[in-house]
Amino acid sequence: MTTRKLGRGVALVGAGMSKFGSFPGKNSRDLFVEAFQEMRASVDKGLDPRDIEALFIGNYSSDLFENQGHTAPIMADWVGLTPRPAVRIEDACASGGAALRQGLLAVASGMYDMVLVGGIEKMTDLPTERVTDTLATAADMVYEIPAGFTFPGFYAAMATAYMAQYGAPLDVFLKVGLKNHDNGALNDKAQFGQRISSIMEARKASAAKKGNPIPTWETEMDFLRDPRANITIAWPMRLYDCSPISDGAAAVLLVSEEIARKFTDAPLYYIGSGQASDAALHDRPTLTSLPSAKLAAQSAYEMAGVKPADIDVVEVHDCFTIAEIIASEDLGFFKSGEGWKAVEEGVTARSGKRPINTSGGLKSKGHPVGASGVGQVLEIWKQLRGQAGERQLPGAPRLGLTHNVGGTGQTTVVNIFERR
Amino acid sequence: MIDNQFTSTAYYQSVAEEKISGTHCKACGALHLPPRPICPRCLSDDVEWVEFGGKGVLKAFTVVYIAPTVMIAAGYGRNNPYVAGIVQLDEGPCISAQILGLDMAHPETIAIGAPLSATFVERGEGEAKKKFLAFQA
Repeated sequence: MTTRKLGRGVALVGAGMSKFGSFPGKNSRDLFVEAFQEMRASVDKGLDPRDIEALFIGNYSSDLFENQGHTAPIMADWVGLTPRPAVRIEDACASGGAALRQGLLAVASGMYDMVLVGGIEKMTDLPTERVTDTLATAADMVYEIPAGFTFPGFYAAMATAYMAQYGAPLDVFLKVGLKNHDNGALNDKAQFGQRISSIMEARKASAAKKGNPIPTWETEMDFLRDPRANITIAWPMRLYDCSPISDGAAAVLLVSEEIARKFTDAPLYYIGSGQASDAALHDRPTLTSLPSAKLAAQSAYEMAGVKPADIDVVEVHDCFTIAEIIASEDLGFFKSGEGWKAVEEGVTARSGKRPINTSGGLKSKGHPVGASGVGQVLEIWKQLRGQAGERQLPGAPRLGLTHNVGGTGQTTVVNIFERR
Repeated sequence: MIDNQFTSTAYYQSVAEEKISGTHCKACGALHLPPRPICPRCLSDDVEWVEFGGKGVLKAFTVVYIAPTVMIAAGYGRNNPYVAGIVQLDEGPCISAQILGLDMAHPETIAIGAPLSATFVERGEGEAKKKFLAFQA
């Protein structure tokens, strides 16, 4: 792919998100209003929302999840921004990342000076099997799903190919989830913001209270290895390997670089973006890497003029634990087949040399699919501006990257942000 | 006026007859399953039908316990899991399919590379009844 340059610089000057979780009685517009309000309050020098010129809303399937199509104008209306153009961007679980990229292109083109990028999804109104069915439509309904595949199933199949090719042990997947829960425990927006140890102790206490035999788990790994505590969803992926079913919304404000400092003295610059598409999983030359992720990353790095080693903060699309390991290789942080060793050695922990998913990732923070790609940017926003609280990375991080996958990699979007 | 005959309907008609029909690109020689009207390798539309033999090997698999509604309707679920996998045919192309005859109770013993043979399974009731390509260990 040829390296592309932006027509002009684009900056991120505000960012907000709803809490991610299960919120009966709140639909996607209610959550979007929460994200918008937090975004508005985050603009250091204030924002008159009337200056927003267009909206780009990432949303996977309000149609099937909420029986509501045509959601972008509704979001515009509920934050008082009609009659501005509002468009919904759908690339499955990469809808949010793709919406960001469309917002970037719209400002870089000179068409707009200020756009709002949102991500929304309301998933928890449906029973689990219908959520599974709805997510399945992000794969090929004609040639993949009739095999009996589910999304956990696709990633589980990648895990079997990865284990066979590189000798990774089953336990390593559990360690990714454990690490992400450690991070998510420090994130007040996380759906499951508890350490595995806290979940384990709560289960023991609950058993004791009910007068049931108290489980004998001594360590977090005992708990995660117990097939009753951590049921198999699609072998080898178990409950604590899978991101949850979530509701949530996120919103960020993009402006042209020339006007960024009218809004804050600490803008982030949106310096790289790459996106690639791909065929069904079975039609790819590899099952242990996402070719679209490698290509998207290469485009984003080249546009930004940076290398993997330059990146300080990374949010990857850990819809399943195997996905985080593969992502860490596709993004160039580790060689092929070595991402699992980095997990074993603690390299990807918050205290490690290459921290990944300091927010808790999709696993702990939650995965309202269309919102996730925008939600990832919130962590970059906080970490690069030194506002990440207890989970703040040391050393004044300067470059942040988000990796957002649709389906099993039929789409990947990689975005890079810089603090100057 | 283009009349594309390399459709999913045509593919499933061949599956109903227990045949595995894909395409052969006459320009570059590539084989594709499912059939494709345009060769993704060389972009030629000079393609013809080709029948695959049905022998292959396991490339990747999963044992599904939390099933989608269509598989629940077929009797699968938490207490009756099934295997979905990706199979590479001897002719080269790979396809997703349900895999029968593997030891689901001991998935760690299932070998990537295990030989498989095509079979066909029926799912659905009444008019929705349809045949699908599957593989047998």
